[in-house]
Amino acid sequence: MKRRDLLKLAGLSAVVAGGVPGFLNKEVKAREYTPPPGALTAKRWGMAIDIRKCWEHPECRDCIKACHHIHNVPEIPEKKKEIKWIWKDEFEHAFPDQPNEFNDVLLQGKPFLLLCNHCEHPPCVRVCPTEATFKREDGIVMMDYHRCIGCRFCMAACPFGARSFNWVDPRPYIREFNPEFPTRMKGVVEKCLFCYERLEKGQIPACVEACKHKALIFGDLEDENSEISRVLRSRFSIRRKAELGTGPSVFYLIG
Amino acid sequence: MYNRDKVIPGIIIFVLFAAFPIWWGHGKSVPPPKPELPKGKCVESKEYMRAHHMQLLNIWRNKAIREGMRVYVSSDGSRYWIGLQNGCMKCHHDKSKFCDRCHTYAAVKPYCWNCHIPPETKEFKPPKRSALLKLFGIPERLTGNSSHHEYEEH
Ligand code: SF4
Ligand code: SF4
Repeated sequence: MKRRDLLKLAGLSAVVAGGVPGFLNKEVKAREYTPPPGALTAKRWGMAIDIRKCWEHPECRDCIKACHHIHNVPEIPEKKKEIKWIWKDEFEHAFPDQPNEFNDVLLQGKPFLLLCNHCEHPPCVRVCPTEATFKREDGIVMMDYHRCIGCRFCMAACPFGARSFNWVDPRPYIREFNPEFPTRMKGVVEKCLFCYERLEKGQIPACVEACKHKALIFGDLEDENSEISRVLRSRFSIRRKAELGTGPSVFYLIG
Repeated sequence: MYNRDKVIPGIIIFVLFAAFPIWWGHGKSVPPPKPELPKGKCVESKEYMRAHHMQLLNIWRNKAIREGMRVYVSSDGSRYWIGLQNGCMKCHHDKSKFCDRCHTYAAVKPYCWNCHIPPETKEFKPPKRSALLKLFGIPERLTGNSSHHEYEEH
């Protein structure tokens, strides 16, 4: 066969082969897709937690309740299988690296409110093989639960224990569900998503809204006039394991 | 041929058995599914949705979750909030009378509902005790499933 004929034949086969799946991926109509009008936007979302206010109300769990209710987070009694998006733990566990022994005495045993830090350089994103975990332009470390294959690489990579794995079907453990939000299924990892679904509708995160003591401040870290930027400039704050270089966007106001 | 009296009936029985689905279903037809349609119009034409809703939903989930494009401007210029629970199912109030009718007929099992909650759901079933535990009468408290962990305040 001449080279020319071969090329013709190859071209023809390509057309024939390409024509078959063509009708399957028929162009989907849509004139266009747009972001939702009225959404809250930022260059880099962050949170400051006035943890001293939390200490004044040790019984308060309003933020946790609000978050876990609206996101259909199950309450699984078995500790090893529990799912948490936002929770409390004591200082020594949250900040195992504090170098100052006197600070340690001051803060020893104090409860800290913990959640995903929406790191600037998130290791969870780097290891996710399916890009189910990815970083949005606005700094939110997002999860596309549709894509999660449950490999748990991200859980190994996250130095903050911010991620939970669904060892069992979570549904039986959800007492009152929110019909506006999905659940997850067995075999999928989940975590706090900074209420992306509320920001889209122009609402602030559920935990921030639920806190009647105004201990949670949410805003744009790159806007120097935002409340969070102002408070971070004027008060002393710490971040969890900052020396690891992941760049947490959650700050704890302790001074 | 040896054993002709066994081999031939054997072959006949085998052929009848293998062809079972053909002669069993012969002459019968299953009525086509009748999904319950809500009033008003869908995001695109009925014909288009019937043929392509799966591709559209697939694109929707990527657009909404991965690109933040939550609003669909349809071919006639109307705007719709993208979402399964908060979009589609706001009109299609009952999954069992809409989605399931055709999906059961076509024997497809999309896994949307492993996570998304159908609008007709009233509550989730409580956790089942495993059959094995029940069989041996092992009380729940021995399995570590009963003690509810609360954070202890300091
Ligand atoms: S806290 Fe963990 S899960 Fe959250 S962005 Fe950082 S590494 Fe990822
Ligand atoms: S468990 Fe899911 S989100 Fe985590 S790394 Fe694997 S695929 Fe990505």
